Amino acid sequence: MERPVISLRGATASLGSRPVLRGVDLTVGRGEVVALLGANGSGKSTAVRAVVGQVPLTGGELELFGTPRRRFRDWARVGYVPQRTTAAGGVPATVREVVSAGRLARTRLGPTRRADREAVVKALELVGMADRIKDSVNALSGGQHQRVLIARALAGEPELLIMDEPMAGVDLASQEVLANALREEVGRGATVLLVLHELGPLEPLIDRAVVLRDGCVVHDGPPPKAVGQHALPGHDHVHPHADPSAEPIRTGLLS
Amino acid sequence: MDILELAFMQRALLAALLVGVTAPAIGVYLVQRRQALMGDGIGHVALTGVGLGFLLNTSPVWVATIVCVVGAVIMELIRSYGKARGDIALALLFYGGMAGGVMLMSLAPGGSNANLTTYLFGSITTVSQQDIVAICVLAAFVIVTTVGLRRQLFAICQDEEFARVTGLPVRVLNLLIAITAALTVTVAMRVVGLLLVSALMVIPVAASQQLARSFATTFAMAVAIGVLVTLSGTVTSYYVDVPSGATIVLMAIGVFLALTALATPLARKRADRAAAEERCTLDEPTPGPTTDDVRV
Repeated sequence: MERPVISLRGATASLGSRPVLRGVDLTVGRGEVVALLGANGSGKSTAVRAVVGQVPLTGGELELFGTPRRRFRDWARVGYVPQRTTAAGGVPATVREVVSAGRLARTRLGPTRRADREAVVKALELVGMADRIKDSVNALSGGQHQRVLIARALAGEPELLIMDEPMAGVDLASQEVLANALREEVGRGATVLLVLHELGPLEPLIDRAVVLRDGCVVHDGPPPKAVGQHALPGHDHVHPHADPSAEPIRTGLLS
Repeated sequence: MDILELAFMQRALLAALLVGVTAPAIGVYLVQRRQALMGDGIGHVALTGVGLGFLLNTSPVWVATIVCVVGAVIMELIRSYGKARGDIALALLFYGGMAGGVMLMSLAPGGSNANLTTYLFGSITTVSQQDIVAICVLAAFVIVTTVGLRRQLFAICQDEEFARVTGLPVRVLNLLIAITAALTVTVAMRVVGLLLVSALMVIPVAASQQLARSFATTFAMAVAIGVLVTLSGTVTSYYVDVPSGATIVLMAIGVFLALTALATPLARKRADRAAAEERCTLDEPTPGPTTDDVRV
């Protein structure tokens, strides 16, 4: 059998003195789309951050592409979308500049070539943001920020896409665009592990759902369709909403 | 212009030029990761280096360089390990550095508070031949780093966690930023003084942000503003006999205010244009070529 892309066995991790993962097993095979579900504080975010090496494991084993995490150096194969609500930093930056950072997974300290610039444009086309390439990220809505962050991960042309709550605070239109982008990536053979709060428009794409509760896996199998994610323990609902920073409401009374 | 024929003014203008380039060049990364006051902290620590230089009777610039680098590396380690009381540790470092400098200076033979003042607030016309060599070497390093590694430094200052997952040597690059900031402080020390160093790292960047939409433009404009204010401030201080550091910093603030005043109507116009595009419209034929009634 082919070696799994992600193999996490008996993983434990703590944040401070609080144990957050208490023996998590998680296997993701090539071409699979796996959703990690659970309530706030269940450890799902910590689990993916452990997979990308941003949270140290206190116990258990982690292999990426069959290589123990400690010896894994091939980060160009991994595209990561951290949990963020904004792509902006303390200085203005354009969409192109932010997405180009994702290409560093391949160029590292070397120069940028034509293929690199083309990959950036292609990634932006995938998320429907190519027409905003020269705009400042400060001018984007919440959903557009998330699309830029996903394009940044796609710019490195990864085999494995790891996303931490890519749909948080994203309007429905952007959710549809992201679902389509993801569908294309999966069609191309990409493997996906994503943390979700609710399945939403991604539901048809998900092969398997892993549900965490208090740092333990309580479900590993088909996505919980019948009862829906609303039946998950401790579920709290995050509605997609209009971005409040997009435009001030013009009432015409004061202007 | 007779001003260019004076050797001390040639040195002063060269030093001013290099400070105008280097301080905003590293400052833009510090501002990007919201560490705008790091330069100020390094400036405090540098004072211990200056005092030590006087005490050991060696070049204060080089001793300050070494002390600054050590201080900056400690600050970076405190930042990256995110210790709970990191701010307290930084406060100890800053004020320890300041007090250490004053103490060492008073112990040094021939050291006086007058000497201290030239380092605290800059004394560009007393830049020696030896100083200028040090400034050139350090400035070259700063420019090569901030321009040559701009993509990598941009990435780690924009989103450090993401940059680590791309496989960049983030820890090394973070130390490089800290070291580069430390070197910039010693480059700028003679020109604007340790207490005003941070101003030149931050204010040109803040000013250019008012107009720029991209990181590249912010970088280029910040350097241009830096050079403009350091050169014109130096020339002004020659003719009017005012302290160079204060003149330069006040000019930088002037540029910031001017660009802010300029940017406000510009931003409003941009927002209006975007609003006009996205405004709700009834399905009615619009009479006339323009309905832009929100222009200000």
